[in-house]
Amino acid sequence: MYIRDTIAAISTAIGEGGIGIVRVSGADAAAVAERLFRKTNDGGLQSHRFYYGTIVDPSSGDCVDEVMVVLMRAPRSYTREDLLEIHCHGGYLVVQRVLELALLSGVRLAQPGEFTKRAFLNGRIDLVQAEAVIDVIRSRTDTALALAQHQREGKLSGRIFAVRDRIASALALVEAYIDFPEEDIDTAAGVAISDHIRSAAAEIDDLLCGFREGKLVREGVSVLILGKPNVGKSSLLNNLLREKRAIVTSQPGTTRDVIEEVVNMGGLPVRILDTAGIRNADDLVEQEGVRRALERIPGADLVLFVLDTSRPFSEEDASILAELRRSRVVVVRNKIDQPVGIETPAFPAEWQVVDVSTMTGTGMDRLRQTIRDTFLQGRAVDGREYATLSHHRHRDALVRCHASLDLFAANLAAALSPELLACDLRDALRFVGDVTGETTPDDILDRIFSAFCIGK
Amino acid sequence: MIQYDRTYDVIVVGAGHAGCEAALAAARMGCQTLLLTINLDAVALMSCNPAIGGLAKGHLVKEIDALGGEMGKNIDATGIQFRILNMRKGPAVRASRAQADKQQYRLRMKAVLEHQDRLDLKQGEVTSLRLDGGELRGVDTRAGVRYCGKTVVLTTGTFMRGLIHIGLTNYPGGRAGDLPSVGLSDQLRDAGFEVGRLKTGTPARLDGRTIDFDRLEPQHGDDPPVPFSFSTERILQPQVPCHIAYTNPRSHEIIRSGLDRSPLYSGVIEGVGPRYCPSIEDKVVRFPEKDRHQTFIEPEGRDTVEVYPSGLSTSLPIDIQWAFYRSIEGLERVEIMRPAYAIEYDYVDPIQLHATLETKKVRNLYHAGQINGTSGYEEAAGQGLMAGINAALKVQGKEPLVLGRDEAYIGVMIDDLVTLGSREPYRMFTSRAEYRLLLREDNADLRLREKGYAIGLLPEEEYRSFCRKREQIGEELERVRRARITTSTTDPAFLREFDLEGMQQALSLEQFLRRPDITYAELERVDEVARTLPAAVREQVEIQVKYRGYIDRQLEQVERARKLEGTRIPDAFDYASLSGLSTEVREKLQRFRPDTLGQASRIAGVTPAALTILSIALKGRG
Repeated sequence: MYIRDTIAAISTAIGEGGIGIVRVSGADAAAVAERLFRKTNDGGLQSHRFYYGTIVDPSSGDCVDEVMVVLMRAPRSYTREDLLEIHCHGGYLVVQRVLELALLSGVRLAQPGEFTKRAFLNGRIDLVQAEAVIDVIRSRTDTALALAQHQREGKLSGRIFAVRDRIASALALVEAYIDFPEEDIDTAAGVAISDHIRSAAAEIDDLLCGFREGKLVREGVSVLILGKPNVGKSSLLNNLLREKRAIVTSQPGTTRDVIEEVVNMGGLPVRILDTAGIRNADDLVEQEGVRRALERIPGADLVLFVLDTSRPFSEEDASILAELRRSRVVVVRNKIDQPVGIETPAFPAEWQVVDVSTMTGTGMDRLRQTIRDTFLQGRAVDGREYATLSHHRHRDALVRCHASLDLFAANLAAALSPELLACDLRDALRFVGDVTGETTPDDILDRIFSAFCIGK
Repeated sequence: MIQYDRTYDVIVVGAGHAGCEAALAAARMGCQTLLLTINLDAVALMSCNPAIGGLAKGHLVKEIDALGGEMGKNIDATGIQFRILNMRKGPAVRASRAQADKQQYRLRMKAVLEHQDRLDLKQGEVTSLRLDGGELRGVDTRAGVRYCGKTVVLTTGTFMRGLIHIGLTNYPGGRAGDLPSVGLSDQLRDAGFEVGRLKTGTPARLDGRTIDFDRLEPQHGDDPPVPFSFSTERILQPQVPCHIAYTNPRSHEIIRSGLDRSPLYSGVIEGVGPRYCPSIEDKVVRFPEKDRHQTFIEPEGRDTVEVYPSGLSTSLPIDIQWAFYRSIEGLERVEIMRPAYAIEYDYVDPIQLHATLETKKVRNLYHAGQINGTSGYEEAAGQGLMAGINAALKVQGKEPLVLGRDEAYIGVMIDDLVTLGSREPYRMFTSRAEYRLLLREDNADLRLREKGYAIGLLPEEEYRSFCRKREQIGEELERVRRARITTSTTDPAFLREFDLEGMQQALSLEQFLRRPDITYAELERVDEVARTLPAAVREQVEIQVKYRGYIDRQLEQVERARKLEGTRIPDAFDYASLSGLSTEVREKLQRFRPDTLGQASRIAGVTPAALTILSIALKGRG
C-alpha cells in the first residue's frame, strides 16, 4: 500500500458510453496533464477549470482523442490530492488508451476503491461515509477473490505462478551464494540463474502478448474499408457480414458518413467501418465525406485497402495509398473474376495482399482468416484465459516485473555484486506478487534448503 | 521457601549468551540486577561450535556492540582466528567470523559479569516464577531460595525439560554434563503459554592428537585480523588455522547402516530440528546423490587438544559414531573425547511476545534466546540485550526500545519472531532482511550508537569517539562532492591511466569514486586529504558514494512502509466485527494478532485488500 505515489484509473463504467473519464490523483497529476494534454492556447491549467483540447501520445505525436480536462488542485478535490480528470469522447478503447498513456507517464494503476480510500485517509469523507466505503471495497474484493480463485484453477494463473517460481528459484540461488559462503555450493548456479531469468522473461513476453490478444477479444478491433468509388466496398462489407442486405447509402453527395457493423470472426469481434468512396471531389459535401473517411484511418486497427483489378491503378488509388503509410493494411484486390487491367505498385512487405471476388465469393474465407490472423497470429481463443489477463493491474505488474528482470540481466552482465542483483530480483518478485501474492523470505529459504545440502 | 531480603529490578534466569547480555545491559543502565545460572562454571559456554559470527550473525554481533553489548569485545579478547567472509562480494553481505578459545571466552565473560557494578551473579536452578494473582514478583529456586524482582528475563536455552539422545539411549540433561531445568516449563504451560518442543544437535569433540592434520587442507585467518567491536583497536593474540576434511561414500554407508538405531528416524525424537543445521544422517538421507560432505575441523582452544568437526552433528549410536568419524580421510585413528548427541527442549512460541520481548500474558516477564525458538549464540545475545534493555526501561518508567526492520538485523529477527512465531529453530540470514543494503556491518555504529547512548547503555567515551568518526564521515562526504579533479592540476600519467584526459569538465571526487574500478587507494594518489583519513572513514564514504543509487532505492521503500509500521492495531481489536475480510485472512489475523499494520502485512496470506480494509477500520477508530 503506497500512500504517496500518484494513481490513475478509469472512473466511468466499462463499456460503450457517450463519455469516459480517466482520473489521476497525486502529486504528479499536473505533470501527467502537461505531458499528454494539448490545448489551443498557451498557459497552464487553472484549478477547477474545464479546458478543451487533445490527448497526444508523446512518443508518436499522434492525437488520441479530443477531450475536456479539469485539474483540481489539493485540497479542493475528491481525494484532497491534486486530481486530474480527462473526459474522453470516444468509446472504451480510447479511454483505455488514455489510461495507458497516463500509466506510461509513470503513475500507478489504482487499486479498487483507492480514490475513495485516499479521500477517507485524507479526511475528505466522514465516518458514516467510510462505512459505505468498506462495503464498496468489500464488493470489489470479493470479485477480486473470485477472480483469484478462478485464476488458481486456470491456465493463466499456472503460467504466472511459473514465472514467480522461476524468479524465486533464481533468487534462491543468489541468496544461497550470499548466505552460505562456506558451503561447497555448485558453481553451476550461475548458468541456472540465467536460465531461470531468461525463461521467466520469455514467459512474461508471451503473457503480455496474450494480454493484447485478450484485450482484443474482449473489446474487439476496428477494420476500416477504404477505396475509391466502385471498387466494391459495399459488397465486400456485405460479404464479410455474410448476408445480402442493402447498405443504407443515401443520395450521392448528401450523407457521406461511415457505416459500422460488427461481425464475429472466430471469436474476434470485428467492427467493420465502410466509408464513403474516396474520390478527389470538387463537391464540398463530398469532400467532407472524404475528409471523414481519411480521419478514421489513425483510429482503425486495420485498413482494408480495396482495389479494382479490372481498372488501372489510378491517381485516386495512389492518394489513398499515401495516407496509409502508418497503418496496418491488408490490400484487397477485388473483381479478380474479371479480366485484369491493373498493375499494382509495390506495397510494404508487411502488408498482406488478398485476391477476392465479391461477386463469386472467391477468396473471402482467406480474407477473413487474414483479418483474424493479423490480430491473433492463428492462435485459438480461450476466452477465460484472455479474460483474466485483460486486466490492467496484471499487465502493469508483469511489465514492471519484466523491467526488473531486464535490469537484473544488465547488472549481471556488468558483474555487479550479488546483493545488488538480489535487489533487482526482489523487485521483480514484488511486482509479480501483485498478481500472485507475496513471496516471503521463508519461501526463498525453503528453496535453498531443498536445493542445497547446507549446514555446519 | 526462604526469601532473600533484597528486591532486584531485573532478575535474569540463565547465564548463556542471552542471559549475559541481558544482565549486563540492565546493570549498566543502572538497575539492581541478579543473574542466576544452574552452573557458574558454564557462564557464556559455547555449547556447540567454538565460533562467533558468520553471515548475518556477524551483523548481529556488530549491532550488539554498537548498542553497548559485550559479545564483540569478548570475542575480540579471546578469538584465535578472525576472517571476513564474502570479501569479494558487496559490503552489505560481508560478515565477520572468529574462532574462539572456548574456555577463555567463558572465563572472560564471567570476569566481566563479576566486575560489573549493581550485578549479582549466583548459582541456582529456577523452578518456578513467583506469580501473585497474575502479577510477577520474582523466582523460586531448587535450593529453596526465593528472589524478589520487579522484572524477570527468562533465557533458558536448551535446559527446560532437556533430553539428550545418543542413539536409542536418552537421559535428561540441559547440555552434556549439565542438569536440566525441570518444572519451569510446566508452570509456564499452566499459566496459559503455548509450550512446544524443538531439537538440536552437536557433533562429537575429537582428540586432535589422533588427527593427521598434514593430510588436511589448512584454512588460515585474515592477516591482519579485523576486530568485531567498534571499540577494539587491534587483535593482538596469535591466530591458529582450521582444517578442511570430507566425508566419502564409505562414511555414508556407515551412516545408513545405523539409521535403524537413529532416534530421529525411529521416531523417538518428537522435537523439530533446524533445517539449516542438519545432522550428517539428515544430509546423507536427503541428498543421496552427494558423494561427499565438507567439514571444518575447528580448534576448541589454544590450551586443549579437543577439536570440533563442524557439519558432522549426529544422534546416531556411539559405535556408528566411532566408525563414521574414522572413515574420514585424515581421521582414521581419531579418538572421540565427547560423543555427538541431539537434545530436545521446551520452548515458548514467541508469537506470545510483544516486540519488546515482554510476554503478552504475564506483565514484566521477558523471554530471550532459545526459549523463543531461535538458535545461535548471536541470535540469543541480540534478544538478551533487547530484553535486558527493555526490562530496565520498564523499571525506570521509560519508553521501550524497539528496533525497526530498517534499522537492525536485531529488529528484523525480533519482528519475525513476534509476528510469525517459530516452528523450527530460527536462524538469522541476510536474506531475511528486506533492507539488506542498509543493514551492513560497517555502519552498525551509525545505525545504533546513538540509541545505545540515549538509553544510558553506551559509555560516554565510546560515544565521543563515535561522534568524532561520524563528523569526519560527514565532512568527507561533503568534501568529495566539492573537490574536483581537473586536467590542468592533475598528473597527466594519472589522467591517462584512468581515461580522464579528454574530459570536458572537472570531475568531482565523488563522481570519480563512483566508478567501479576506483577506491580510496587510487584516489589518494592525487588527493592528499584522502591519505590522512582513518580507514573506517574512508570505507564508509566509499560505500555510501558507490552504492548511493541502490541505497536510495531501499530508503524509498522504507519510507513507503513507514506508514504501515507506524499504524498500531489495538491489543483487543475485534477482527470478527470487520466485514469484508475473507475467513482465511480473519483467522490468520486472530491467530497472529499483529501489533501494527506493518506486521499484519508480513503474515503470509494477508492480502493488500485486507490491509486496506484494516487500515480504514483503524483510521475510523482514531
